[in-house]
Amino acid sequence: MLNPKLKLNPKLFDKDVEVKPTREGFGKGLLALGEMNPNVVALSADLAESTHAHLFAEKFPERFFEVGIGEQNMAAIGAGLGVTGKIAFISSYATFSPGKNWETIRTTIVYNQANVKIAGHHAGIMTGPDGATHQATEDIAITRCWPGMQVYVPCDAIESQKATIASANITTPVYLRYTRDKTPVMTTEETPFTAGKMQDFWITDNPQATIFATGYMLHYALVAAKELEEEGFPTLVVNVATIKPLDEEGIMKFTGHTKAVVTVEDHQVMGGMGSAIAECLAKTNPLPIEFIGLQDTFAESGTPQELVEKYGMGVASIKKAVKKVIKRKNT
Amino acid sequence: MPEELYEDKLKDLDKKADEARKLIIKTLLEAGSGHSAGPLDMADIFTAFYFHILNHDPKKPDWPDRDRLILSNGHICPVRYVVMAMAGYFPIEELKTLRKIDSRLQGHPHRTALPGLETTSGPLGEGLSQGIGIALAAKMDKKRYRTYVVTGDGELNEGNIWEAAMFAGKIKLNNLTAIVDRNNIQIDGFTEDVMPLEPLRAKWESFNWHVLEVDAHNIREFIDAIQEADAIYEKPTVILAHSIPGKGVEFMEKDFHWHGKPPNKDEAKLALQEIRTLGGKIKSEHQS
Repeated sequence: MLNPKLKLNPKLFDKDVEVKPTREGFGKGLLALGEMNPNVVALSADLAESTHAHLFAEKFPERFFEVGIGEQNMAAIGAGLGVTGKIAFISSYATFSPGKNWETIRTTIVYNQANVKIAGHHAGIMTGPDGATHQATEDIAITRCWPGMQVYVPCDAIESQKATIASANITTPVYLRYTRDKTPVMTTEETPFTAGKMQDFWITDNPQATIFATGYMLHYALVAAKELEEEGFPTLVVNVATIKPLDEEGIMKFTGHTKAVVTVEDHQVMGGMGSAIAECLAKTNPLPIEFIGLQDTFAESGTPQELVEKYGMGVASIKKAVKKVIKRKNT
Repeated sequence: MPEELYEDKLKDLDKKADEARKLIIKTLLEAGSGHSAGPLDMADIFTAFYFHILNHDPKKPDWPDRDRLILSNGHICPVRYVVMAMAGYFPIEELKTLRKIDSRLQGHPHRTALPGLETTSGPLGEGLSQGIGIALAAKMDKKRYRTYVVTGDGELNEGNIWEAAMFAGKIKLNNLTAIVDRNNIQIDGFTEDVMPLEPLRAKWESFNWHVLEVDAHNIREFIDAIQEADAIYEKPTVILAHSIPGKGVEFMEKDFHWHGKPPNKDEAKLALQEIRTLGGKIKSEHQS
């Protein structure tokens, strides 16, 4: 069942569940931060409306900088602001930032310890019709490897607003991942959010496997768990909203009983959340893992739903992986 | 300042630049790796900055109202470290630690390693943008400090430089001045063979910058240019500082092979003997 302590959206499994894009949470969170803190500034590389940074831009034009299509410039200007008392939010599609400007961010923001938050939008194959060039599927891998970087992947629009605001609580750089399309709202305003903490969204007696899911894919995992429950495969589902710092205690707690893991993300299986979980378990408590995500391939144009199915990431694929890992555990 | 006193000041700055050149050679020899040509050709400009132009306090590198000097072509940091030490930011002795383990003097300047560096640089093309961010903060906070960004000329190959130039031109960022070390060399050869930059003045002007050109080894000329740049209201200014790579050491001058290597013991000895005051190659004031 859904964990009652987390005050989740009770209509989460309804056919007409409320859907909103997580980038909306970014826009609202950034605006709220702008109201709270006069040192928050924002930069755009010609994508203000798409990223919803325009809400901040309209309210605080003197604190908003449009640099046009130049992501390296945007990052390094952000760095200059971030070492001079500002909290700079730079936003673009994740393929371009941190994609195109990866080294600029590494040198001028991460190594330089500048107070800059990097908002990577249009993450995952669920970006849809734009196709693979615009679908960021390696961004978690290329950001979590930076020393000291924090990486937040909120699961819905409400959590995304909280994560955006939370990123300003630390003075070191944060990467935040947002998606384009409307996705199910799973949490409520009352759902607690703590950066660095995993939460068990679906709980059950005697779970046989644990699904760690990140981002909007959490909804697919929850649907899978609900069906698996009825099929006699009780499964725990955990929301991994922070990839780094990884909640190692949480991993231990949520795998201690099940001893079998499936990870679910809209990202390459190499280097993303699944890999992070595997790294932790390999050190502390090796156990069988199955990885749901992109299996070393680019996707293509399509609707998010079509793509998720075609690339083996949908509910059926998740359920299959759970049954497989349980079998592996028992042999 | 009365003319006589100013003349004396300029002579003193020339002397200091010579001192800086000697220290650069010694520092590079001790380090065993690093770049020679750029640091030598920027010795005059850095001396002018730290001993005349900048509003700063070596004992308070975090003073909020200080002028900011950003070194974008970070590999020439030996000249910056040397002049900062001479100015009192840290002991001259510490120059011996350049590029060694546990040192504050990293091979490419790192902001958090040594107070006073302002940015981390090394990978080319990023310093102008960082300087813009710092200058923007000054505007927002209504502060009057100036921001100066030194770049290389080979560095102007990087697209990021022109992204930054476009943006500074767009917002008419008048509290920022760029200085290009126009020494005509880069690693693979002369700039005009590797990636021709000319017409360089025209490029900057077309990006809506005010352009000044000076002899990088004439401190008076350089200070005058900075004063003009500081006074320009309508646009940012770039000073193209024409320099002789390796200036001061005859066997290094104008040879691009000296871009990226330090002198060995014999070469250093010869260089130190040779370090002349500014005379000869281009019109400069001269002490013997």
